[in-house]
Amino acid sequence: MHKLLNDSPGEKIMLLGNEAIARGAVEAGVAFATTYPGTPSSEISLNLFQMSRESDLYFEYSTNEKVALEVAAAAANSGLRTFCMMKHVGLNVAADPLMTLAYVGVTGGMVILSADDPAMFSSQNEQDNRYYAKFGGFPMLEPSSVAEAKEMIKDAFELSESLGQPVLLRTTTRINHSNAFVTLGDIQKPYTQGRFEKDPHRCVTVPAVSRGLHVKLLDKLEKATELAEVSPLNFVQGSGKYGIITNGVSFHYAEDAVKDLGIEDSVRILRLGFTNPLPEQMIKTFLGACDKVLVIEEGEPFMEEAVKAFAQEEGIVIPIKGKSRGSKPTDLFSRLSEYDPAMVREKVANFFEVDYTPAPRMDTADIPEIAMRPPNLCSGCSHRATFYEVKQAAKDMDVICPTDIGCYTLGFMPPLSMGDFVVCMGSSVSTSCGFSKATDQKVVSFIGDSTFFHSGITGLVNAVFNQHNFTLVILENDITAMTGHQPHPGVDMERFGMDTFGRVNIEKLVRALGVEHVSIVKPFKVKKSIETIKEALAFKGVSVIISQEPCILFAKSIKLKTPRPFVVTDKCTDHKECINGIACPSFYIEDGRVKIDADTCVGCALCAQICPENAIRPLKK
Amino acid sequence: METTRLVIVAVGGQGNLLASKVLGEAALISGVPVRMSEIHGMAQRGGVVESAIVFGEATSSIISDGEADILLGFEPAETLRAINRCSKKTMVITNTATLPPFTVGIGKGNYPEVDEIKGLLAAKTAGLVSLDAMALARKAGSPMSVNIVLLGALIQTGALGFTKENVIEAIRRRTKPAFLEKNLKAFDLGMEAAKTN
Repeated sequence: MHKLLNDSPGEKIMLLGNEAIARGAVEAGVAFATTYPGTPSSEISLNLFQMSRESDLYFEYSTNEKVALEVAAAAANSGLRTFCMMKHVGLNVAADPLMTLAYVGVTGGMVILSADDPAMFSSQNEQDNRYYAKFGGFPMLEPSSVAEAKEMIKDAFELSESLGQPVLLRTTTRINHSNAFVTLGDIQKPYTQGRFEKDPHRCVTVPAVSRGLHVKLLDKLEKATELAEVSPLNFVQGSGKYGIITNGVSFHYAEDAVKDLGIEDSVRILRLGFTNPLPEQMIKTFLGACDKVLVIEEGEPFMEEAVKAFAQEEGIVIPIKGKSRGSKPTDLFSRLSEYDPAMVREKVANFFEVDYTPAPRMDTADIPEIAMRPPNLCSGCSHRATFYEVKQAAKDMDVICPTDIGCYTLGFMPPLSMGDFVVCMGSSVSTSCGFSKATDQKVVSFIGDSTFFHSGITGLVNAVFNQHNFTLVILENDITAMTGHQPHPGVDMERFGMDTFGRVNIEKLVRALGVEHVSIVKPFKVKKSIETIKEALAFKGVSVIISQEPCILFAKSIKLKTPRPFVVTDKCTDHKECINGIACPSFYIEDGRVKIDADTCVGCALCAQICPENAIRPLKK
Repeated sequence: METTRLVIVAVGGQGNLLASKVLGEAALISGVPVRMSEIHGMAQRGGVVESAIVFGEATSSIISDGEADILLGFEPAETLRAINRCSKKTMVITNTATLPPFTVGIGKGNYPEVDEIKGLLAAKTAGLVSLDAMALARKAGSPMSVNIVLLGALIQTGALGFTKENVIEAIRRRTKPAFLEKNLKAFDLGMEAAKTN
C-alpha cells in the first residue's frame, strides 16, 4: 500500500511538504487530479499518480498546464472534487482558461495549486502568483508550514464549494521541499461519479453571458471577503503596539525574530493565510491598534500595497513599511530572492529600533578558490552526443541555437555551447521562426519530447504555414527527464507495466504537420548522425531531426541498459579531443593521462568514436 | 527546549537526503520537534545538495549564514565552501575523502589540499572532527554507507543529544532492510572514528 494511503488517523509521521499536500488532498476526498510536472510541485503529482493506481482517484499527466486546467475544469463542473497542480510559470500557460473559469465557477470543489519558487532554485523567473488570485478573482490560501499545508487543502475544498469558485492554493519551495511531522487525519472516500447539468447562462461564455457572470464574480468576492474576515487562517498573535503583517514561511521567520529579540511584549503579529480577498476590516482594526507596522512577505509588495490603501481609507497615518523599490540593499525588505531568519531579525530590529548587533560575518578572505560544481549532463546522456554532432555538422556556419526547458538546457555550457536563447516551454520553435526571418544566420533549435508535446507543436505548425527556414532537433528520450521521469504522450507505458494508455508517434505527427524534411538519428552512431544532420541543415525550409535514445538514468532504472564501461588504452597520444570536445563527467586526468571512471561510465561509446587514435575501447572483464 | 541548527552539505548521490530523514525520524522517536529544508533538483546531475535541519523550539525551517551550530560535510571541499554558514561557535564534522568537481578532474580548476581544508575549518570554528568516511564505509561493506558513517560521527559528538539506540531505531525504520547490517556497522565505525578524533 502507498504510504500516503495509510489509514491510521492520529499517527504522526515525517512527510515532505509535497507528500503532505498529496495526503491532504486524499483526506479531503479528492476524486480527480491533473497536472503537468514542474519543480517544486512535482512530488505532489507523483504521489497522486502512484495512489491512483490503487484507489478510486482519477489522475492524469496532461500534455501541458492549459490542458490540465481545462480537463480539471470540466470535472469540477461535473460535481467532482478536483485538484490541479503546477509550478508557478505553468499557471502562465493555463492563464487563458483560468481567467474565464473565474467567471464560470465550479459545481464541485476545485483547488488550483501554484508552487512558486522564490530564489529560483529550479525556475526561469521568480514571479509572484498571488497576483493571479487578484487578477482573476480567486480566493487564495497560503500555508506557513508543512503541517498547515496538509490541513489547508481541506479548507480550500470547503471554501471552493461554499462559493462555487475555484480556490488558489499558493505554496513556495520552502513549503514544498521541507520535511516536518504531520498527524494523519481520516481519509474521506471520494465521490467519483460526476454528472454535468446543462447551464448555458453560466457555462457558455458569449459576451452577453459573461457580462452577467462578471457581476456574479464580484458578488462572490464580496462573500469571500466576509469569509476571510472570520477565517481562523487569519489570526493575531501578541498585543503590543508594534505591528507585523506577514504570510507564508515569513510568518515563522518573524515569529522567531520577535522571540530572539525579546520583544514579544511589544509586538503583535497578524498572520494572513486567507490572502485574497484580504480581510479588510480585520486589517483596519489591526492598524488602529498599532504605532507602526512592518509588512513581511517574500516576492512583490502584494499585501503591503493593500494595507497602505486600507490605512488611507481609515485616515490612519502611522508608518507602514515593507519593501524598498530598487535592487540595492536597504533597511527595508527586498523584492528579490527568498528571506531567511537572520535577515528578518535584522530588519525587524531596525524598523522597531531594537538594540541588536548582528553576529560578525565569517571572514572568508583567506579561503582558497574552490572550483565550482555546476550541474552537468549525466555520463552517457544522449543529449551530449546530439549536441556534439550538430556542432560538428554546423561547424562552418554562423548558427543561432534557440533551446528549451529541460535537462538539455545544460547544453549551453562549454564545451558544447549549444543554447543561445530560452524564455519558456516551447519557445525554441517559435523563436526559431523569428530568428530565421529577422537574420540571415542559420537557425538550429533543440526541444525535448515532453516539451514538444507541451507547447512545441503549435510553433512548428506556424513554421510550416509561414514557410520559415530552420532545423528543429527533437530530443526524443522517451520520458520527462528533468522533473524525475514522468510519462508524456510519446512514452511507451507498457514499459511501466501499464496497458491503459495510447501513444503518439512523434515522427508521424511531424510529417502530418507538413514538415517536408524529416530525419531520424541514433545519436550514439556518431558518423552517420553527423551526415544526416548535415543534410537536414542544407535543406531550405523547415527540417526536423528526431534524435532517438532513452534517457540513460531512466534506461538504467528500468534495466533497459546495463552499463559496460570503456577504458583509455595505451594507444592514447593525448589529443584530449574527448575531454575538450564533450566533457563527459566520467573523464579525469591522472599523472597527465586521460582516464575513464569505470564506476560511472555507462559505455555509450561517444568518446570512443571521436578519438582520433581509436584509443578508447570497452573494458575487458 | 534549546534550538540546534544543523547544515548538511554533500554532492548529489552521496545520500544526504536519506541521512536527513534518518535524523528526522530519530527526532520523532526522541520527542524533539524538527523542521528540515532541502534543495532538490539538479542533484542527480552532479550538483551540491544542501539540507538544513532545525531541532528544538524555533519555528523556521531554514538556517541563515553564520548560524549553523553544526556543519556536517560529506565532501571536504564542499564543507569548506559552506564555511559562511558557520561562526566561531560552530562544530564541524567532515569526510576527508575527496570527490573533485569535473573541472578539477580534467586539470582546469583549483581544489585545495585536504590538510589545508582541515586547517582552515579548525581555525575558523569551535572544533573539527574529520574522518575518511569512504574508507570506513568500504570497511563496513558498502561505499554507499558514507552517509551512515558520518551520522555515527555526528551522534558520537553528542551535539544533538540523541541516544545511540534511538538513532539505530531510526536507521532501522528509514533504510532498506537489505543494507541494515552494513549500515549498522557503518554507524559504529563512524562513532568509533569520532571518539578517537
